[in-house]
Amino acid sequence: MSDKIPVTVLTGYLGAGKTTLLNRILSEPHGKKYAVIVNEFGEIGIDNDLIVNADEEVFEMNNGCICCTVRGDLIRIIEGLMRRKGKFDAIIVETTGLADPAPVAQTFFVDEEVGKKTRLDAVVTVADAKWLKDRLKDAPEAKNQIAFADVILLNKTDLVEEPDLQEVEARIRGINPYAKLHRTQRSQIALDEVLDRKAFDLDRILDIEPDFLHGDDHAHDHDHHHDHGHHHDHDHHHDHGHHHHGVKHYHDEEMQSLSLKTEKPLDPDKFFPWIQKLVAEDGPAILRSKGILSFKDDPDRFVFQGVHMILDGDHQRPWKADEKRESRIVFIGKHLPEDKIRTGFADCVA
Amino acid sequence: MSDVRPNTPSVADRTQPVATGGSAIAAHFLGDTAAFVLSEEAAMLVKADGTSQRVPLHDGGILSSTSDGARIVTGGDDGKVAEVDRDGTVRTVVADPKKRWIDQVALGPDGAVAWSTGKTVQTINRKGEVRSLDLPSTAGGLAFLPKGFRLAIAHYNGASLWFPNAQAKPESLEWKGSHLGVTVSPDGRFLVTTMQEPMLHGWRLVDSKHMRMSGYATRVRSMSWTADGAFLATGGSDQLILWPFSSKDGPMGKQPTILAPHAKRLAVVACHPKQPVVAAGYEDGLVLLVRLDDGAEVLVHSSDLDTPVTALAWSADGLRLAFACEDRTAGVVDLA
Repeated sequence: MSDKIPVTVLTGYLGAGKTTLLNRILSEPHGKKYAVIVNEFGEIGIDNDLIVNADEEVFEMNNGCICCTVRGDLIRIIEGLMRRKGKFDAIIVETTGLADPAPVAQTFFVDEEVGKKTRLDAVVTVADAKWLKDRLKDAPEAKNQIAFADVILLNKTDLVEEPDLQEVEARIRGINPYAKLHRTQRSQIALDEVLDRKAFDLDRILDIEPDFLHGDDHAHDHDHHHDHGHHHDHDHHHDHGHHHHGVKHYHDEEMQSLSLKTEKPLDPDKFFPWIQKLVAEDGPAILRSKGILSFKDDPDRFVFQGVHMILDGDHQRPWKADEKRESRIVFIGKHLPEDKIRTGFADCVA
Repeated sequence: MSDVRPNTPSVADRTQPVATGGSAIAAHFLGDTAAFVLSEEAAMLVKADGTSQRVPLHDGGILSSTSDGARIVTGGDDGKVAEVDRDGTVRTVVADPKKRWIDQVALGPDGAVAWSTGKTVQTINRKGEVRSLDLPSTAGGLAFLPKGFRLAIAHYNGASLWFPNAQAKPESLEWKGSHLGVTVSPDGRFLVTTMQEPMLHGWRLVDSKHMRMSGYATRVRSMSWTADGAFLATGGSDQLILWPFSSKDGPMGKQPTILAPHAKRLAVVACHPKQPVVAAGYEDGLVLLVRLDDGAEVLVHSSDLDTPVTALAWSADGLRLAFACEDRTAGVVDLA
């Protein structure tokens, strides 16, 4: 639905440069009007836009799942903003530095009214190049924000030497290989890299290869360094190791990604019960999931995405004649039950 | 679309169309004047002779609206609580010093006004005395109890009953989850909230006994008590759901009455002020009058335009019905 208002979520740990990015978005001559939902008034000095103060009220849903939380204040504010439909082109939600992005994202899937009128565009995380490494150790919020992101701005790169930058990038990749990663200074970035990304659009889940396998390549010339010492095999992070030979590779002890694929068609009567059971049981561990699926006797590609236990999926379009019919799913999460997911997925083959 | 209910008697030809100039979030009657509260800035007052008057209320979006038949009170994103009477005289009841959104408003039986800004709920009485209450979470809905100066407030994990003139802490009714709308039965015995989940929750006030009313397709956004208080009519499903409240246990252990099934969700309900009849407005523009005794239906507005009904209101004598849809279609139906 093209008339849905896009919503961009800006996250980032304290001091990373979120507000600078927000001010940049608002002050550039793009001719667009934004409604901005912030936590503190004052730092934004743009008269032209609607600015609303939020309370970050995270509410649990009564559906028996502790990970199914929504931002109650967002539901209320978006409903209020919709009274002024036509007065703005997009909504930007700035979260506090300590916020978990999941309840924000889940709000757009859980609340029907919000989902009808707006669409979650992307989660954009601003990270401090100098301090992120430390925050990944001591601040679970910072790690969540990286894991959840569709777009990451590694900011303040002018304050860090190249080898350190490469190391922090590798650490980001160890957590989330799928986000678009940009190096920035003073949050300077082309706005089309952060806005209107359609990262949650099912039609855009075309390609769930890790970002650094495509061209965005400042990360391609480093020493190979597998941080082994963990009991399982790490190759699942990038199952074509040769593509990025030389990438420094960190494995985060806590937050991982898992990518699985098969060329054998799947049985929908096995896959759906399996994935539903998986997210019901391990929803708290799974931050995000995405998949492109090829079902037996089904000419259509099926795509899905998930946030914790909430899944959203649809038949997308027929497979093209020259297209490799391959099913592929990815998960980003905390202490992912890897063996269970691997076995379960393998059992879904028709 | 027009043949959805081919054999239903229709009163659609008795509709006087109204050019509201905007999408209405609520409709009310002030005597014989129909009032359409718009989503932004103003209300349109339409007299019985068809003459209309646009009344400016807010500098921005209108978030909430209520009426006691003598006046309409609205809350805006400009931080103001505004009031308008049937002559179109507008007064600012209060202006929030920080211009915070006025999320909810309610009118009390003694002319008091309540409003909420985030977690703060305030009241002002006829004498201009203001009382304030801070809650642990944002107020979802406000409703005065029919007797005394007492306010019901829905919020996260339950509802509170507050005597603004008393020092005592509000009485708390607890139930896990986010409670949004709130209504109190006309006899004051039951309090019912709409929840973020597709269900209602109720309390019998005498003993705080719980009632769960579920089975909805979506979040319930409209509730209305029948004139005799015997039923609570609700939207939120693809049919009209009425919960029985006449016995001392209310709907506990009872099934609701289900009428007027339709292919689209029921968005707005408004009970007739005298008869056991409910006006039901669906998400495709269909407006029906539904008689509770036998489920008989009368067509008020067809679903031809496929635009959600956003507002319904009865005149106090029950002879006129105002309706409005999201695409600005609106009208007053004369049933006399």
